Amino acid sequence: MTIETLDLDAKVGLYQAQVELRQFEKRAYDLFLENFVKGTSHLSLGQEAIAAGFAAAMRQDDYTFATYRGHAHTLARGVTMTAVLAELMGRTNGLMAGKGGSMHLTSVEHGVMGSYAIIGAHLPIACGAAWSAQYRGSGQVAVCFFGDGTTNIGAFHEALNFAAIWKLPVVFVCENNLWMEYTRTTDITAVEHPAADRASAYGMERILVDGNDVDAVFEVAKTAIDRARAGEGPSMIEALTYRQAGHSRADPGKYRPDEEVAEWLAKDPIPMYHARLLSEGVSEETLADIDRKVAAMVDLATEEAKAGEAPGREYLMKDVWADGGSAWRN
Amino acid sequence: MAQLTFREAIARGIAQEMRRDESVLLIGEDIGAAGGVFKGTVGLFEEFGGVRVRDTPISEQAILGAAMGAAMTGLRPIAEIMFSDFFAVCWDIVANEIAKSRYMTNGQMSFPLVIRSGNGGGLRFGAQHSQSVENWAMMIPGLKVVVPSNAVDVIGLMAAAVRDPDPVIFLEAKSLYASKMDVPDGEIVDTLGTAKVLRQGSSATIVTLGGMVPKTMAAAEELAAQGIDCTVVDVRTLVPLDTQTILREVSATGRLFTVEENPRVLGWGAELSSIVAEELFYDLDGPIVRITTPHIPLPAADALEDMAIPSVERIVSEISRSMNQ
Repeated sequence: MTIETLDLDAKVGLYQAQVELRQFEKRAYDLFLENFVKGTSHLSLGQEAIAAGFAAAMRQDDYTFATYRGHAHTLARGVTMTAVLAELMGRTNGLMAGKGGSMHLTSVEHGVMGSYAIIGAHLPIACGAAWSAQYRGSGQVAVCFFGDGTTNIGAFHEALNFAAIWKLPVVFVCENNLWMEYTRTTDITAVEHPAADRASAYGMERILVDGNDVDAVFEVAKTAIDRARAGEGPSMIEALTYRQAGHSRADPGKYRPDEEVAEWLAKDPIPMYHARLLSEGVSEETLADIDRKVAAMVDLATEEAKAGEAPGREYLMKDVWADGGSAWRN
Repeated sequence: MAQLTFREAIARGIAQEMRRDESVLLIGEDIGAAGGVFKGTVGLFEEFGGVRVRDTPISEQAILGAAMGAAMTGLRPIAEIMFSDFFAVCWDIVANEIAKSRYMTNGQMSFPLVIRSGNGGGLRFGAQHSQSVENWAMMIPGLKVVVPSNAVDVIGLMAAAVRDPDPVIFLEAKSLYASKMDVPDGEIVDTLGTAKVLRQGSSATIVTLGGMVPKTMAAAEELAAQGIDCTVVDVRTLVPLDTQTILREVSATGRLFTVEENPRVLGWGAELSSIVAEELFYDLDGPIVRITTPHIPLPAADALEDMAIPSVERIVSEISRSMNQ
């Protein structure tokens, strides 16, 4: 969904986009508990406004680079729920036939150029895609999402400098959810705002946005993306948000103070947006219809994903090389 | 026909491909107007300009990340890592990202890129600027590994690497940069995964690559004078590995020696020995012997470095001793 102006129809679309991400993540969590999804998973519960707002501001051929917490960013670009759920379940109808899993969601045809599970790696890679767009004159922009914890690894700093000196069409988006994994980011970071306060070191503007307000996210995303597309160089945006669940499947998030959790649940992006749309004249019934429609989508996707087959041996040895095979010797 | 040094051949190989294909770009530290610290890119900035031949900061992760991102979106970048030891600061991009992303995405992505790097010892640079790291790359599924030994092969294998749809680690022996060779005019394109028989003998087969090739050839001449007539195989590309040529040549003589610059443990010769032991055991007339650098960091002092890296004398004496047992 690409939005040009934020009229009421567009806003209803942004509401639906967030509800889709929310309901999907809840279902993914349930399927973990039922042991349909193995391994690990990192949910975006509470952070949906960022994925929805940015995706709406992107052109269809723009590039998304996400992290291991990438379900929302992948779905927001238009990948089907079935393909993502089936990937989580390790089925052949998954986005990568089960070969990547939750942390590596990729859909080149949707511009989702990978989800990266080594902290910081994808910032330089996003620079490379932006460099390529710049060289080819394609007008594409790379949008690179990462967490607050990423701001302390070297690749973050290498990438920012690189983007700045080559004036690359890349937008860096720090989703600051306050917690690294089990440690509060401000406890181990030299500045209060780990991304925004460092932007000036690379000649970029200090931009903070309420990451739980999809309208605000959309506006700041559009400005930065337009700027990149116009050849004016990279931007760094720090979006303040909160992950409502633990870091990963194994983490109940008990280290977080109850008051903090309560404070942020009160700022949940979806009820807040629901209330805003009602006040702007959207009917309760319209929004309830969306909620029901999305619930049916998630149910259908669950059934379709469960119906997928486990990959057979033919998947094991293929696609190491471009010839489709894996031979390293003759 | 022109006489070219190994380093001039690198620039010629890259230029050949850049003239042919506008999607070939070159990045690295000091590779532009400076022509590279080993002068492997002299003239490229002048011919192709600063957009296609671009200096980077000292940011190895950014260099290789940029190459990966460009390759996945349709370009064919060549990235230089000045010393192959520096792979240690950007190995995540190589081993976790570039090597695995095609497989993980079920074949959605391609990475037609080349990472070239000065490799190996002999220049008295000490432990952090002298390593032979071909084994680091060989043991990661998803990387092709090229280690040329002469100027003509440099051009042809560079062309093959650039045209290959998969990521190629291209390791240039620093000890060979000044070596010279007559190089034919015109386009030279070689094939990855093809070993070359440089010398045919009947007593034993010596398999080697890169900077060890000239030493092994000199050793083979001395051994011939002692009546030990050796076949010498230049592996040229470790991945894909031309096992068939190697097995054929080992089978013909019944003996295998490897000459490796890398430290002892898990060198490429160990994998090759395992293949030969499994597939050619009953054709062997004696033990497989690996001649390698000891399992130590490389020392800086010339006296010590010369003791560490296989020398012509050591190759001769170890093969001679084993053959006369």
